[in-house]
Amino acid sequence: MESKNTNPLRYIDWFTVALVLVLVCTGAVCIYAASYDFDHANIFSFEEFSGKQFLWIGLASVLGLTLLLIDPRFYETYAFPIYIAMLGLLVLTIFIAPNIKGSHSWIVLGPVSLQPAEFSKCATALALAKLFSAYNFTLSASRKNYVKALTIILLPVLLIFAQNETGSALIYFSLFFVLYREGMSGLVLLAALGAVVFFVVALKFAEPAMFTGVTQGQVAVFVMLMIIMVAMLAIYCKHMEGARNVLLWYAGTAVTALVLHYCGVTVNGMLYFIGVLAVACIYTLFLAFRGPVKKLIITAAAVVTGIVFLFSVNYVFENVLQPHQKQRILVSLGIEEDLKAAGYNVNQSKIAIGSGGLAGKGFLNGTQTKLKFVPEQHTDFIFCTIGEEYGLIGSATVLLLFLTLILRIISIAERQPSTFGRVYAYCVASYLILHLCINVGMVIGLCPVIGIPLPFFSYGGSSLWGFTILIFILLSIDARRREHPSS
Amino acid sequence: MRKDYNLEKRKYVIGGFIFVIVLIYIFRLVDLQILETKYKDSAESNAFLRKAIYPSRGIIYDRDGRLVVYNQPSYDIMLIPKDVQPFDTLDLCRTLGITKEALLERFADMRRKVGYSKYSPQTLMTHLAPEEYGRLQEKLYRFPGFYVQKRILRAYNYDVAGNVLGNIREVSQSDMEKDPYYTRGDYTGDLGVEKSYEKFLRGAKGVEVLMRDAHGKIQGRYEDGALDRPSIPGKDLTLSLDIELQQYAESLMVNKIGAVVAIEPATGEILCLVSSPTYKPSTMVGRQRGKSYAALIKDPYKPLFDRAIQGTYPPGSTFKPSQGLIFLQEGIIDLNTQYPCHHGYINGGLRVGCHAHGSPLPLLPALQTSCNAFFCWGFKNMIDKRSQFGSSAKAFEVWKTHLVELGYGYKLGVDLPNESRGFIPNAKFYNKVYGEDHWSGNTIISVSIGQGEILATPLQIANFCATIANRGYYITPHVVKSIKDTVYTDSTIVKHIPDIDRRHFEAVAEGMRMAVTGGTCRRAALPDIEVCGKTGTAQNPHGKDHSAFMGFAPYHDPKIAVCVYVENGGWGATYGVPIGSLVMEKYLKRTISPDRKPMEESMINSNSIIYSGVKKH
Repeated sequence: MESKNTNPLRYIDWFTVALVLVLVCTGAVCIYAASYDFDHANIFSFEEFSGKQFLWIGLASVLGLTLLLIDPRFYETYAFPIYIAMLGLLVLTIFIAPNIKGSHSWIVLGPVSLQPAEFSKCATALALAKLFSAYNFTLSASRKNYVKALTIILLPVLLIFAQNETGSALIYFSLFFVLYREGMSGLVLLAALGAVVFFVVALKFAEPAMFTGVTQGQVAVFVMLMIIMVAMLAIYCKHMEGARNVLLWYAGTAVTALVLHYCGVTVNGMLYFIGVLAVACIYTLFLAFRGPVKKLIITAAAVVTGIVFLFSVNYVFENVLQPHQKQRILVSLGIEEDLKAAGYNVNQSKIAIGSGGLAGKGFLNGTQTKLKFVPEQHTDFIFCTIGEEYGLIGSATVLLLFLTLILRIISIAERQPSTFGRVYAYCVASYLILHLCINVGMVIGLCPVIGIPLPFFSYGGSSLWGFTILIFILLSIDARRREHPSS
Repeated sequence: MRKDYNLEKRKYVIGGFIFVIVLIYIFRLVDLQILETKYKDSAESNAFLRKAIYPSRGIIYDRDGRLVVYNQPSYDIMLIPKDVQPFDTLDLCRTLGITKEALLERFADMRRKVGYSKYSPQTLMTHLAPEEYGRLQEKLYRFPGFYVQKRILRAYNYDVAGNVLGNIREVSQSDMEKDPYYTRGDYTGDLGVEKSYEKFLRGAKGVEVLMRDAHGKIQGRYEDGALDRPSIPGKDLTLSLDIELQQYAESLMVNKIGAVVAIEPATGEILCLVSSPTYKPSTMVGRQRGKSYAALIKDPYKPLFDRAIQGTYPPGSTFKPSQGLIFLQEGIIDLNTQYPCHHGYINGGLRVGCHAHGSPLPLLPALQTSCNAFFCWGFKNMIDKRSQFGSSAKAFEVWKTHLVELGYGYKLGVDLPNESRGFIPNAKFYNKVYGEDHWSGNTIISVSIGQGEILATPLQIANFCATIANRGYYITPHVVKSIKDTVYTDSTIVKHIPDIDRRHFEAVAEGMRMAVTGGTCRRAALPDIEVCGKTGTAQNPHGKDHSAFMGFAPYHDPKIAVCVYVENGGWGATYGVPIGSLVMEKYLKRTISPDRKPMEESMINSNSIIYSGVKKH
C-alpha cells in the first residue's frame, strides 16, 4: 500500500460495525422491555436500566472511536505490559472488591462498578497474539511453547477463580480454539469433547444395568471406549490387523459373558469391561514392537485415561464441586427437577421463551419478563425477553446475527497478513463462541446455569465495554493491515 | 511470513462448530416455542390470577310474597400456598381469635384435602363474621399469599320447611367432576329447592383477570379489564308454599312421625309439605352446618328423610275412593249395586273384618262408613270377571293402569329431589309370587283396602285427593310458583286426566262429603265450610296402626286438598282427621274457630312418637 492515508475509517470493516450496532441496539430495547414496570417513566431515564445502558452505549461509542485512532502497533508493542498490568489489577481486585453475591470481582468507583475480568479478556488476547507473533514461533515446535501459551491463558483463569467468578474464568478456556488453529493437535479438542460426553452420560444414566456392578451410563461409556479403541487402531494407527483382532476379542468375550449370564452365572460387569479393555490395551502395547509406536501408545493411553476419567467423574462430582454447582448440573441434565430453587430460573426462562411462539407477544407484552418471573432477566437471562416478545423469528434471527458476526471475525482473522492480527482475531471469535454457547444454552435449558452475559445484549457497562474494546482493537488492526504487512 | 495452508483449513472446524451449535439451539427453540404448548399455559397461569366474583344467590319468597330465605355476607380466608411467605403466626392467630395449635391444625387439614395444590386457592377458614373480617382486612398486607373471599350464607325469616327449602353446602369432588361450573370452595344447593333449582338460584360467577408478578403481588387488571366478566345474580324464587300454613302444620306435627301435604287442587301448587320430625334450616348455615348435619344423620328418627315425598306407606282406607272410581268406570258396580257386610268380607274361607253398620249397602254409604267388605267384593268381582277381561291377570292390569293414571306407583314429578314412586304391583309381580294363573281376587284381596303390597307417599295421597276435588284431573304437584324474570316453562308440570268419567268423581266426592257429615270423619266438619274427607287406619305389622286422613274443602269449590299421615297414630280419626281439618281451617279461614281450639291444643300437645318403637339415646 503506497497511499499513506491517515484516515483509519476508510478501511474499517463496516459490515462488522453494522452487525455490532444492530446487536447493541436490539439489546438496549430488550433491556428496556425486561426492566419495564407498569408505572414506568422513560426509556431514556437514567434511573432505569435502559437509560443507564444508553449511557454505557454512548460512552462505548466514544471508546470505540478512540481505539480506532490509536495505531495498532501500540497494542502489539505494549501487549505484555498491558497483560501484566491487568494481572496486577485482578490480584488487587481480590482484596479491594466488596462481596457481591459471593464474588469479589467488582471494583466500586463512586457510582460506577467495573469488573476487571471483562477487560482482562482483551489483555490476554493481546498477550497471546504477541507470543505467537514472535519470530519463528511455532506452537508445535517445542513443549516450552505450549507451556508459555498455557501460562498466559491460565494465569487470569486462576485469579478470576480466586475472585469466585467461575463463569468468567471458564471463558478463557475458549482460547483452546486459538491453540488448535495455531497447530495444537485436534485430539485435545476431541478429548475435551469426549470428556464432556462421558461426564454427561455417566451422570445421567445412573440406573443399574443388566450386569451387576455397573450403571447403564458406565456401560455406555465402556462401550464407547471399546469403539474408540477399534476406531483409533483402524483410522489413526492404520493398523487393520490389530483392529480386527481387538474386535474379535470383544466379540468372543461378549458371547462368553452372555452365555454365562443366561446360564445363571453372575457376571460382574465392572470386572468384565475393565478386563476386556485391559487385555486390549496390553495387546496394543505389544503391537507397538512392530508398528507405529507412538500412535499405538497414544491409543492405549487414551483408553486408560478414559477409564480413569470415568472413575473420577463420581469423585469430582461428589467431592470437588460445590452443592449449588452440582445442583445446576443435575438440573440441566434433567436428572433433578427442582422448580423452586436451582431449577427455578431455567424453568421460568423456558416458560418465557416457550410462551413466545412463532412471532412472540410483541414489544412490552411479555408477561413473564414484565412481571419479573425470570430473575436476572436484564443481565444473564436477557435472551428470554427476545424469545418471549419476538418469538422464534426474533430469537433465531439474533442467533443467526451472532453466527454471522463470528464467521465474519474468523474470515477477518484469516485475511490478516500478520500472525498477531490473526491470533488476536481468533481470540475475539473464541470468546464470542463460548459466551454465546453457554449463555443461550443455559437460557434454553441445555447447559447448566453459569453466570456469564450475552455479549452486547446483557445489561452492564463492563461487559459492553469489554467487548467494544475487543472488537474495535480488531477493527483497528484490520483497517491498517495493509500499512505494515509483516510485523 | 509463513502461512500454513493445512492449518488454515482449521477455520472450517471452528466455524463449523459454532454453526452446528447455533443450529442445535435453533432446533431447541423450535421445540420450545412451536412444538411444546405447555409453556404457554404455564406463562398464563404464572401471570394471570382469575379471581372469581360470586353473584348473590336468589332469594326465596312464599306464595304471598313473604320473605322466607335471604342472604347474609360471610368471609372465607383463602390462600395460595405457593405465594405464602413466612409471616407472624401469632399475629394471625390473635386477629382470628384462635390458638396457634388450632391454626396449625387447619393448615394440616387443608393439606390433607383431596385435590390440594400449592398453586391454586385453598380455603383456610370459612365463615368469618363481619367484625372478624374487619380486623383481618386491616392487617392483610402483613400476610402475603392470603386473601379474603366474600361468600353468601343463607338466613331464614321463618325457621321452618327445612325439607322443602334445603340448604347450601360446599361442592364435593364429584360435583366438580359432574359440572365444570364449580370450582373448589364453591357452594351448591343440598336437598330441597336449593338443590332442584340450583341452576336458577346460583346465577353465574363473574371473573376478574388480574396480573400478578413473581412475588404474587397484584399488578393491576389485565388489559384494563377487557376480559373481565361481571357476575349475574341468581334468580329469586316464589314458592307455592303458604309459609304460615307450613309453620302451623309443623307445630301440629310436633312429637309425631309422619307428614302433612296440602295442595291447591286447581293448580297443583303445594301449600304445605311437612315431614316430621323436622329440623330448623338455620342450623344448617355456616360453620355449624357440619356438626348439625352429622347429628341429623345419626338421629334415629331420620329428620333428613322427607316423609312427605320419600316415605312410602300403606294408604289404608284412603285408598277406597280410588276403588270406587275404578269399579264404576269398569262397570263392575253402579251406584245402586249393594254388597253384604256381615262384620266383614267372608268368602272362600277368607275373612276381612269390618265394623258395625247396615248391610247390604251401596258405594256411597260404603265410603261414608269405610266398609271393607264392599270394596273387597267389588275387587273380587272385577279381578275374577273373565267374561270382561279374559283373565285375572288382565283384569288386574286394567286395575293397575287406572291407579297409575290417578298418580300412584310412579313418581309424580314434584320439583324436589329424591321423590319416591311408592308401589303398585302388576300382574307379573303376582305371577312371580303365586305362579301364573294361581292367583285370583281373593288371593290378593287386601290391596282393595289399601293394604298388602300397596305403598304410597303422602304426596301421592294428597294428589289423589286433589284429583277428586277437581272431579277428574290433577296438575303435577310443585312447590315453586314462579321464578323472577323467567317464564316458567317446566314441561314436567302438566295436567293429567285419568280415563275415568267425571260423574264417577262426583259420586265419590259425595261419598267423602257423607263421611264428614255422618261417617268416619265427623270431627273434620268445619263451621260454614263443606268439608269432604276419608279416614284411613293402616294396619302396621310392626306396631301401632298408622293414622291417615285425606280431605278437601270446600265441597263445591275446592281450594285445598290435604293428606295427613301419622305413623303409629292409631285410628284415622285420632290424628289424621283433626290435623287435616285444622290445616284446612287455618288455610281457608286463617284462624281456628274458638270451639275447635281444644282440638288444636290437644293436637299440639299430643305425642305419638312414643309408639314408634325407636329408642332415642
